[in-house]
Amino acid sequence: MKHFSQFRFWAIGLASVWLTLFVFMPNLLVVITSFLTRDVMATASLPINSDSYLRTLDPLYLQVLWDSLCMSLETMLVCLIIGYPFAMCIAQLPKKWQPIILFLVILPFWTNSLVRTYALQFLLGNQGVINNILVGLNIVAEPLQLLYTKFAVIVGLSYICMPFMVLPLYSAIEKLDVRLYQAAQDLGAGAWSRFLHITIPLTSPGIIAGCLMVLLPAMGMFYISDLLGGAKNLLLGNVIKTQFLLARDWPFGSALSVMLIVLLGFMLWLYYKAANFVNKQGGINGSDF
Amino acid sequence: MSEPRPLLTLNNLSKTYGDNIVLNNFNLTVYDGEFFTLLGPSGCGKTTVLRIIAGLEDADVGQIHLTGQEISSLPAEKRPVNTVFQSYALFPHMSVFENVAFGLKMSGVAKDEIKSRVIEALEMVRLSDFLDRKPAQLSGGQQQRVAIARAVVNRPKLLLLDESLSALDYKLRQQMQVELKRLQRKLGITFVYVTHDQEEALSMSDRVLVMHKGIVQQLGTPREIYEQPANLFVARFIGEINQLEGVIVAIDGNHQYEVKVEGMQWALHAEHNFIVGDKVNVLLRPEDLRVEYIDAPHVDQVLVGTIVERNYKGKTLDSIIRLPSGVELITSEFFDEDDPSFDYSLNQSVAVKWVPGWEVVMPYETL
Repeated sequence: MKHFSQFRFWAIGLASVWLTLFVFMPNLLVVITSFLTRDVMATASLPINSDSYLRTLDPLYLQVLWDSLCMSLETMLVCLIIGYPFAMCIAQLPKKWQPIILFLVILPFWTNSLVRTYALQFLLGNQGVINNILVGLNIVAEPLQLLYTKFAVIVGLSYICMPFMVLPLYSAIEKLDVRLYQAAQDLGAGAWSRFLHITIPLTSPGIIAGCLMVLLPAMGMFYISDLLGGAKNLLLGNVIKTQFLLARDWPFGSALSVMLIVLLGFMLWLYYKAANFVNKQGGINGSDF
Repeated sequence: MSEPRPLLTLNNLSKTYGDNIVLNNFNLTVYDGEFFTLLGPSGCGKTTVLRIIAGLEDADVGQIHLTGQEISSLPAEKRPVNTVFQSYALFPHMSVFENVAFGLKMSGVAKDEIKSRVIEALEMVRLSDFLDRKPAQLSGGQQQRVAIARAVVNRPKLLLLDESLSALDYKLRQQMQVELKRLQRKLGITFVYVTHDQEEALSMSDRVLVMHKGIVQQLGTPREIYEQPANLFVARFIGEINQLEGVIVAIDGNHQYEVKVEGMQWALHAEHNFIVGDKVNVLLRPEDLRVEYIDAPHVDQVLVGTIVERNYKGKTLDSIIRLPSGVELITSEFFDEDDPSFDYSLNQSVAVKWVPGWEVVMPYETL
């Protein structure tokens, strides 16, 4: 018992120190910085004020926030539309194949996402693989402008975020009881009705989890927007990066970061509420009687 | 009673899974309005028959006719047949009301009508106070009743029940047996019930089909199945039975034979035709045997044995009696007003006899 409690002390202690040093403290510094005044010489200085927060309400930045939310939502939809059928296919494979395919889904994580984004540049560029093939086959006369467009950014975000969508969806779909489909079929439900009334409601926790796991990180992935979207401030993450590294306005960058954290926190709270609703109350397709 | 009208006919159904023959040239006719039971041990193919009727599985060969119409090519959702599944398979994300309404919603019934029919169905299974509950909030027996309501609300031509009571405990099962039977009479829907529980089959059914290894063993009323089993499998599967080996030594006349059993010659009745020298099995139900104290005067011929086991069961006294040949007989005697307190002691010698004509004599076979 004594050994165990010692182990527990060290295990929890180490994790607490780690979290305090590398998660809590930096975030606290961000919050503190956001209330300071811009100082080109010393990153930030007194007096304390809330000017930075007032600036975030500038229509210019609200517009960026709105645009990056839209872009993340589009990414989320692309991931959902591609990821759902894909997850269904995995769940229907023979049991021994499923872990292998899931492993392949996770495999790209082993390579730095920055490197993979450069690879996308190589694919989408004017002299890239796709354009070379299209021109070579005489499908198009001039190379298409794929790179440095919003399209390229969404392709990149979707590509990087796809596993976050597929994994929760797979785990929800895999749990579905085939007997419920047979019962629904026996009661006269065709394939589409079964999907609508059984599959979707019963996998909705996975849908919500997958959507949030794509939506939340997508808002901050500035490097993808930088590499594939050109020098446009498409995502909130880009604006924040610019404030810190180019404009050297640390308090304003911090205020924007805090705003993003609060926004993401709010969405997580929504997720928590929705998951509770689905689990306890049951029906997303609810009582329409 | 009018002439029974065939509702469902299965012709020459066969089904194999790999090398395993599940159904072999299976034929069946179910009449309109009857309570029909498919009875057999697990793995005998009875559930496969049900799933083929429902359309959840396809037969390799064979035809299925429902009210004269060939339905083999119809998908399950198009067949006017509903199933009460063994696992109930209630939709966990829907309330009791939504579960029961599902079938009607799928067939596009108007909302007002759905509401009244669902409530009517739930009243029938005495669950109208549970409309808004989720299946997880119901007991096993209540879930089972929701499953029944969900099926019958669609007014199917045929209701299929797949071991629907097997998940319930003994007391509840008995109660549900009575309720199901009552419901079937009230609705006038034809039931095809699948079970491995012979007691359930006997108490509920109009007709029973006993299956083993995908082959029909016997088709008949519960009484026929119990009292005149067609073969040793049926005899053994339906209730307990004693099996004595014998040889035909003489033919007395029409279905009357002299049979040598346990070293003695008995005049027995048999439905089969035998010739002298045929080996036979003489089958006797435990409750058909009469046990008497050895010192009582015996007018009739008796078997003598010793008590090796006596179990008081409340209603009956069940004993095991070993005969000199080593064969053991199971007996089950009811306490009645003539002798309300009889009992035996172990190793006591007793005489065993039976009511003449209650024995079943069939050709010798072993299982």
